[in-house]
Amino acid sequence: MLTILFDGFAYGMILFVLACGLSVTLGLMNFINLAHGAFAMAGGYLTVVLMNRFGVSFFLCIPAGFLVSAALGVVLERTLYVRLYARSHLDQVLFSIGLVFMAVSAIDYFMGAQQQLITLPPSLQGRVSLFGIQVGIYRLFVIAICLVLAVALQLILSRTRFGSQLRAAVDDARVARGLGINVSLIFTVTFAFGSGLAGLGGVLGAEILGMDPTFPLKFMIYFLVVISVGGATTLTGPLLASILLGIADVAGKYYVPTVGSFIIYTIMVVVLILRPQGLFGRANAR
Amino acid sequence: MTPVLETQTLCKAFGGLIATNDVSFKLPAGARHALIGPNGAGKTTFVNLLTGVLQPTSGRVLLKGEDITGLPSYQRVKRGLARTFQINQLFADLTPLQHIVLAISQREGAATGWWRPVGSRSDIVDEAEALLRQLNLVDVRDQRTETIAYGKQRLLEIAVALAAKPAVLLLDEPAAGVPETERHQILDVIEALPADVTLLLIEHDMQLVFRFAKTISVLVNGGLFVEGPAAEIARDPRVKKVYLGEELVDV
Amino acid sequence: MFALLSYFRPDTATAAGTLLAPVRWRPLEILFWLVAASLLWLAPSKVLLLNEIAILALFVLSLDLILGYAGIVSLGHGAFLGVGAYAAGLLGKHGFTDPVMGLLIAGAAAGLLGFVTSFLVLRGTDLTKLMVTLGVALILRELANKFGNITGGADGLTGVVMGPVLGLFEFDIFGKTAYGYSLTVLFILFYVARRLVNSPYGLMLRAIKGNSLRTGAMGVPTNHRLVTIYTIAAVYAGIAGALLAQTSQFVSLDVLDFHRSADALLILVLGGSGQLWGAVIGSIAFKIMYDYLAAITPQYWQFWLGLVLVLIVLFGKGGILGFVNSSREWLAHRLGKGAAK
Ligand SMILES: Nc1ncnc2c1ncn2[C@@H]1O[C@H](COP(=O)(O)OP(=O)(O)OP(=O)(O)O)[C@@H](O)[C@H]1O
Ligand SMILES: [Mg+2]
Repeated sequence: MLTILFDGFAYGMILFVLACGLSVTLGLMNFINLAHGAFAMAGGYLTVVLMNRFGVSFFLCIPAGFLVSAALGVVLERTLYVRLYARSHLDQVLFSIGLVFMAVSAIDYFMGAQQQLITLPPSLQGRVSLFGIQVGIYRLFVIAICLVLAVALQLILSRTRFGSQLRAAVDDARVARGLGINVSLIFTVTFAFGSGLAGLGGVLGAEILGMDPTFPLKFMIYFLVVISVGGATTLTGPLLASILLGIADVAGKYYVPTVGSFIIYTIMVVVLILRPQGLFGRANAR
Repeated sequence: MTPVLETQTLCKAFGGLIATNDVSFKLPAGARHALIGPNGAGKTTFVNLLTGVLQPTSGRVLLKGEDITGLPSYQRVKRGLARTFQINQLFADLTPLQHIVLAISQREGAATGWWRPVGSRSDIVDEAEALLRQLNLVDVRDQRTETIAYGKQRLLEIAVALAAKPAVLLLDEPAAGVPETERHQILDVIEALPADVTLLLIEHDMQLVFRFAKTISVLVNGGLFVEGPAAEIARDPRVKKVYLGEELVDV
Repeated sequence: MFALLSYFRPDTATAAGTLLAPVRWRPLEILFWLVAASLLWLAPSKVLLLNEIAILALFVLSLDLILGYAGIVSLGHGAFLGVGAYAAGLLGKHGFTDPVMGLLIAGAAAGLLGFVTSFLVLRGTDLTKLMVTLGVALILRELANKFGNITGGADGLTGVVMGPVLGLFEFDIFGKTAYGYSLTVLFILFYVARRLVNSPYGLMLRAIKGNSLRTGAMGVPTNHRLVTIYTIAAVYAGIAGALLAQTSQFVSLDVLDFHRSADALLILVLGGSGQLWGAVIGSIAFKIMYDYLAAITPQYWQFWLGLVLVLIVLFGKGGILGFVNSSREWLAHRLGKGAAK
């Protein structure tokens, strides 16, 4: 029971790292990027290739996953995404679905359709007893990293100059521009950072979530649940939503496996029905 | 005599900002009334409350004695309350003719017809043509609205409201953004309306206001500041002060 | 003779003339249906593919009604296709083998779902709509999967039996009856949709899409109109699903897949939305493209699909029909200039 709670917590923390970039870009530019999962997949597959083909250490893959995905984010943002900010949500959705399709097939082409496995370093294998609960060392490791990240993100947002500019821009991009804040630079940096975090989440999640070419499609819905339940304006919302979702999903699969993802989808629809405007309300108040 | 349109202690707050502050207002039948006030005074908000685009924080709106506070916009239109918008709210892809035909069809209860084509009812088409002629829109009749001149779009904005044959018409700065030379043309159209149509005009151009209005209300910071016959308001030194942007000393 | 001429060249000088111009059937439209029907005899080896195209076109047409005309975005339109397919499949499996009756019942079932879910969908922003429609479709897929004892689950629904259409035309293994049947249904529903979009109700939908604040101020109960068209579109999609189930006598879980909804969106933007014909032309182009690309790279054709989608969003305004229209205008402009010289 407690082990399930713990596993769910770890799962939820990964979801948070995966989804928080999406939540910020959505809040900032009111841009819906369904291809967010593709950046996570980039991190995941990078790990698979580096570890299995080149024998690189898992610990090195973590920063590498972040950097490569972030670089990918910058390139795509500057060349493609930037053209779509002013377009309709439908265009953004079509465009990002197109990207997902391309990413899925490209990975399928180069890596094959099967699920990729990685072998964790011995130091992360096994279980330890923590307050009387048997917990996996790797999950503990994941939780530690994600907690550090969450705290760091919160500090960046609340304490740094960049953070306050970002919050101003999320609040009202027009006013922020008027104040001389370079909103498009902020967006590029945020987009890159969000993509990087997704990549990092992909590295950490490769073992827990599983990596196969349909990853971006499979997890798209999870990201959407996180931001629809948690809202796109703060970090705490998505964080709590991710943890709840992680625990609900793990517990659901364990106790009532026949119900499957049914619960998750229902939660999403119900939340959206109860507060259809509340989620991204500010963005369309204008 | 009961007023056609009335508000009782109407309030609207946007978060901390009070945009409409305790407004009790009466509009008698057949009025030629102007609502003036500096930018941001809450004039448009007031019209939005009257027409149901916004819901008030408190207070009531009555139309012909009936409480319409909770009714959606379209129900109010059915009861004879129409408006124009300060910022054009038109259908960019449709032609002026299509705009008017739709508005008339809606009034006539023909807008849910789903088998016979648009334009098959000649009475509606004829009425639409007459209205377009009346508003000088015949030359752009079949052009996509987003391509026609701004002044013509303003006229179309009014024409769509007129097509509903309202008992009460609220005009939110109908001449906004229109060059001097064309403004009087817009007012000509408004003045030519039948005397039994009750009119409320929001306008910044004082020349137009005094040409049109018999009575005037001044709105400042969301509240009614003074009301009275046009001539009195014109002489009122407090109104001048408000418009010159000076601090209000006493009320 | 003169009457015929004026039919094809409407008098655009009068107000009624310009309003009625789009109602008239252009020769090319009539030709299209004649060719489509004659393929039954001219290309008997292709009727299976043609049948698929006809069904796909009907499905995309239903999406065009809500998206192209009323501006309602959806990532879960496949839900109605799936409900129609399962309804028709289950009817056929349990002894109700009359195809036309099955079609009507399946359409009604999907319409009911459309009506009920419309109240969930017609709230909030585009984003909320996208997610709610997606969520509803995913829930249905899970349900179909979980209730495998009824639906056949992941193995699909087998044992669907179909009687002859109208008691006259038995389904044959070559798909000739299937194509004739699907094409007829497509034609009838296309005709109805064409009447609908050219009616005051249809024009009002375009107005609502353009500016719902204004339609409200015109006295239009905007939401009622949208509920109606959402329901009608659901019926259309349900009938498309029923055709799929009846002509293949099988329903796979894949009818409820996300990619069905995504494909429909893609086909619509490929063909050009808001003009009915875009749905038909897009479906033809899509199937041909699929056949061609899948032949070269069977597994990876989704890559090209994605690329096309990205390119259309970035560069192609109005899809194929938009391109045709703007080149026609350009040509007319050039020719007009030439004539003036
Ligand atoms: N939807 C809204 N949310 C928040 N504040 C609003 C909203 N609409 C209006 N306001 C604020 O309410 C106040 C009144 O605005 P309103 O548009 O009614 O003024 P107005 O008298 O019509 O001004 P103008 O003469 O410029 O048209 C303004 O301070 C405005 O910023
Ligand atoms: Mg105003």
